[in-house]
Amino acid sequence: MSNPANNAAAMTRSASSAPAVSRKTVLTVENLEAWYGESHILHGVNFNVTEGEVVTLLGRNGAGKTTTLKSVMGIIGKRTGSVEFEGQNIIRTASDKIARLGVAFCPEERGIFASLDVRENLMLPPQVREGGLTLDQIFELFPNLKERLNSQGTKLSGGEQQMLAIARILRTGARFLMLDEPTEGLAPVIIQQIGQMIARLKQQGFTILLVEQNFRFASTVADRFYVMEHGRIVEGFANSELEANMDKLHTYLGV
Amino acid sequence: MQALYAQLLVGLINGSFYALLSLGLAVIFGMLNIINFAHGALYMMGAFVAYFLLQYSGLNYWWALILAPAIVGLFGILLERTMLQWLTGLDHLYGLLLTFGIALIVQGLFQNYFGSSGLPYAIPDLLKGGVNLGFMYLPIYRAWVVVFSLVVCLATWYLIEKTQLGAYLRAATENPTLVRAFGINVPLMITLTYGLGVGLAALAGVLSAPINQVRPLMGADLIIVVFAVVVIGGMGSIMGSIITGFALGVIEGLTKYFYPEASNTVVFVLMVLVLLVKPQGLTGRAA
Ligand SMILES: Nc1ncnc2c1ncn2[C@@H]1O[C@H](COP(=O)(O)OP(=O)(O)O)[C@@H](O)[C@H]1O
Ligand SMILES: [Mg+2]
Repeated sequence: MSNPANNAAAMTRSASSAPAVSRKTVLTVENLEAWYGESHILHGVNFNVTEGEVVTLLGRNGAGKTTTLKSVMGIIGKRTGSVEFEGQNIIRTASDKIARLGVAFCPEERGIFASLDVRENLMLPPQVREGGLTLDQIFELFPNLKERLNSQGTKLSGGEQQMLAIARILRTGARFLMLDEPTEGLAPVIIQQIGQMIARLKQQGFTILLVEQNFRFASTVADRFYVMEHGRIVEGFANSELEANMDKLHTYLGV
Repeated sequence: MQALYAQLLVGLINGSFYALLSLGLAVIFGMLNIINFAHGALYMMGAFVAYFLLQYSGLNYWWALILAPAIVGLFGILLERTMLQWLTGLDHLYGLLLTFGIALIVQGLFQNYFGSSGLPYAIPDLLKGGVNLGFMYLPIYRAWVVVFSLVVCLATWYLIEKTQLGAYLRAATENPTLVRAFGINVPLMITLTYGLGVGLAALAGVLSAPINQVRPLMGADLIIVVFAVVVIGGMGSIMGSIITGFALGVIEGLTKYFYPEASNTVVFVLMVLVLLVKPQGLTGRAA
């Protein structure tokens, strides 16, 4: 269970949360490079995520955050380097196999299917492990969805579509979630609701890799931050170090 | 009046074939983004496989209804794995040319070995004869073709619109990458979808064998009309393909009764009208 490498990863996060129990590293990304056709987008990305953590990737538009998540998910055609999920290198694995290992992805554009109703959208991702949320638990988290089960998926409001996009991957039993800008374009009330939802998922032991532009929002849920620029990770710090890094962040994010 | 009902029945029969074929084309187009010009040749292969089964293995019509779609479906799967899969992401034109070429090769081979004239295929004993309905004489085999086609079409509709497998299919038609990222083997689904569409064509071929004889070019003649049906109905909807298929068969039949001179062109005239008014077809989604 507790080997030295895992302990090292646990040390980095013990800065932000009290008990120094050794936890497994869920995801280790090393030297990840990725291409869209001829354009070289990621130039050696390095980071890791430990079990039970919420880790946030920050960075300007076009920095390569989405490409990083997609590379982990196996849906970028050309990628090199090493992506280890629960000790298994998945850099050459097809995305359906990666999903079956327990990686779940909520895309930036949400990906709600117009030809499916809300129930079908919710039930679409197959179960990959035992212990996913039951429908009752999902409706407790997202009461809105229950009333709209028979609506066409894309007839929902933006906020409801985002809830649906997250809800459907909670059913699958995957314990590692990648959420790409879940608050983008949503009203403050809904952003707050999503924040509470992420906090609850963290309590329940989910490991979450979050992409956000809104670091104010991210700071309410994240244990650690990484900052991306031009296809590289240029900075990494714990949530408790956020204030100390504020000046640098403003420069990186241009806000 | 007798003649009117007779033409209506002919219309329904043709409509059955249009529906089975355009349904397969719609499903294939949705998943593979390929306009399957080989569809007519595969329909013809269905009829020939039924003929071979009877001739060389003594397996009768009922066996052929199951085996011919399975065998020709497997042939389709082979085509998809060896050739069509490489066209992913390319312009429609490539798929159209490739499948058109496949159709020409397959039809050419059959013509080479079996000539162009028709081989007879007898109506199965159980479906021989007919009933006098008073207003018309109804050959049982023809009634069977209409009812059975309708059942198969509706079963396919149910599979696609109402089951979990169908939800995968519809979702993958919209966004295959995301569906795959949920853990579904989309390439396998694409292959099986092609097999399903091809199987439906072959099934239509078996149904047609006792009515139209078994000829290498039986599909080449039919598929032209079927493509017009597809243009009229649009590629977007499963139920749309079924309804358009049957409706155009009936319209053709009625034209044969009221204005026989136009019976061979009415579908194409309708196609032109629809293209002028609603280019994506009556039930199609905008491309
Ligand atoms: N499908 C694509 N084809 C080509 N280039 C792309 C594609 N998607 C994104 N890019 C480019 O890759 C870079 C990184 O994009 P992305 O990962 O989406 O950034 P972020 O999510 O950080 O905003 C950008 O320069 C963007 O223009
Ligand atoms: Mg992005």
